[in-house]
Amino acid sequence: MNPSKQTLGWMYQTMVTSRIFETTIEKIYMEGKSPVFNMANGPIPGEMHLSNGQEPVAVGVCAHLGPEDIVTATHRPHHQAIAKGVDLDRMTAEIFGKATGLSGGRGGHMHLFDPAVNFACAGIIAQGMGPAVGAALSRKMQNKPGVAIAFIGEGAANQGAFHEAMNLAAVWKLPMICVIEDNAWGISVAKAAATSVTRNDVRAAAYGIPGHYVAGNDPWKIYEVAGQAIARARAGDGPTLIEVETYRLAGHFMGDAEGYRPKGEKDGLFAKDPIPAMRKRLEADGTFTAAELDAMQAIADATVQAAIRFARDSAEPRPEDALTAVFA
Amino acid sequence: MENERKLTIARAMAEAMAQEMRLDPTVFVMGEDIAQLGGVFGNTRGLADEFGTDRVRDTPISETGFISAAVGAAMDGMRPVVELMFVDFFGVCFDAIYNLMAKNIYFSGGNVRVPMVLMTSTGGGYSDAGQHSQCLYGSFAHLPGMKVVSPSNAYDAKGLMTAAIRDNSPVIYMFHKGLQGMGWLGTEAAANVHVPEDAYEVEIGKAAITREGTDVTIVSIAMGVHHALKAAKVLEAEGISAEVVDLRSLVPLDRDTVRASVRKTGRLIVVDEDYHSYGVSGEIIATVCEAGDITLKAAPRRIAYPDVPIPYARGMEQFCLPNPEKVAAAAREVCRTTVSA
Repeated sequence: MNPSKQTLGWMYQTMVTSRIFETTIEKIYMEGKSPVFNMANGPIPGEMHLSNGQEPVAVGVCAHLGPEDIVTATHRPHHQAIAKGVDLDRMTAEIFGKATGLSGGRGGHMHLFDPAVNFACAGIIAQGMGPAVGAALSRKMQNKPGVAIAFIGEGAANQGAFHEAMNLAAVWKLPMICVIEDNAWGISVAKAAATSVTRNDVRAAAYGIPGHYVAGNDPWKIYEVAGQAIARARAGDGPTLIEVETYRLAGHFMGDAEGYRPKGEKDGLFAKDPIPAMRKRLEADGTFTAAELDAMQAIADATVQAAIRFARDSAEPRPEDALTAVFA
Repeated sequence: MENERKLTIARAMAEAMAQEMRLDPTVFVMGEDIAQLGGVFGNTRGLADEFGTDRVRDTPISETGFISAAVGAAMDGMRPVVELMFVDFFGVCFDAIYNLMAKNIYFSGGNVRVPMVLMTSTGGGYSDAGQHSQCLYGSFAHLPGMKVVSPSNAYDAKGLMTAAIRDNSPVIYMFHKGLQGMGWLGTEAAANVHVPEDAYEVEIGKAAITREGTDVTIVSIAMGVHHALKAAKVLEAEGISAEVVDLRSLVPLDRDTVRASVRKTGRLIVVDEDYHSYGVSGEIIATVCEAGDITLKAAPRRIAYPDVPIPYARGMEQFCLPNPEKVAAAAREVCRTTVSA
């Protein structure tokens, strides 16, 4: 299963959009936070978990999805939200805590909800597993199309919620796929120190479902493996567990000194940065010319800058609106 | 009146679910042992026969899994009714309940709905000890984002269940085991009352004056209402007129009805099978004190569960539980006391 030229263009442009978004957010996040770093200050307060380096997983999976499909994401959700087609202006405004944000400033960057494209994320590890299973159950019971993808990190595979949800998806044979982004670190704890198996795809055996591992943070391979799993789910054959080796090019959150990383690890990761690697391959195999790829980059940049402008120009929420929207 | 149809709370709950399931194909029920068994407490009996095990589905013993799945299904357009067999089991799934179910509407800015009911059994009195006997009313009511109801009789049980299923926000539906009409648990006969056959709603957030009186207001919920009514009967013979307020809902709380009653009587007793401190009883007393225009004739009293885990031994548990005698004794005391103006 190879991505079409059009799909490859979308994948590349979406990865670049996500990266530009993250690097822009990174700069703005530091406004007001120096010389003394205080998370509460600046136009974007609170925790900030950047997804730099993990873009191939988001695009390789979401390339197969439409707005009707469901994605639940994590505390590190921007790349997945962008790949799922979440309204970038309103998402950015939400991250800035503005009235025009997806939830009017109530959620922030770990609580992005865009029901128009069936996207939701949550701040606690493995928390999206159950809701993805439930959405898949809803589609199966209503005989409506759609698959549910739960993106989690490799650390989440050690949560009880992961086990309960995978078993439930398997025993009810639901159109659900769990995609584990293995970025090798659970904040500061290495995967090997926290996980009893080297690869989480082997855990699929515990649920009697297929498990796949994708090495190398490779958009083409992710696209292929995810495509097979999603086709299987759409055909009514049940869930799949996929683990993808990916790289966290940033810290766990902004302000993380990353002293736990072995010396030289970051340099090695940047040398494998998936975006230049994809560009190189697309150029080398003649899929796109350098000029075409530059044009995609320009569109990505304009999209992000427009979203940032929208967010900056938007009004703060009225403080007393904190008291609304508790109930539907 | 003799010929009126009486139901147990368990049957009234099942009837409400069945009627809503006939009306609305998105309503479904899931939980442990709720299909063929009909629920450990009888409240889903007959549903699997009528609707099949797709819509009335047994789950694995995975409370986090199926409650968070219900959240996802509710956000996707279904109306799940989910059972947490004993409220005490909240310890294994509170992330799904409080961090997902209760917060997703707010975190979406009201752009998603979470129309689900989490029904769960409460209460002790039958020596099941402290992991199967708690009420935890206050624990759930304290946390924003969930409506909380608990019926004291079958009429309210059906109407509150119907209202809960139709609500677009999550509702915690707490049913007291001692009121279910399950013979093996012992049961409060006064909970079995006339229940109309047609579907109807009891408004969530509206208390009921179960018995009118002039000397003292006794506020309670679920089993405590029956203790209050029994005490009121005894007190009446002694010349004390007690008004009994059945809260029915804890969230939203009908503060107006409570205040109006205490304005009239000037005396307040709260009966709560949940723990004494930081709970419903304190909230009701604060509600009266904060009104600002209520002059109490005596200090308010609460008959609540002492702040200890629930013991197994019969004598120990019964010593701790509220009962009509404790309520009547408190009423006599507050009615003897008169605060001089």
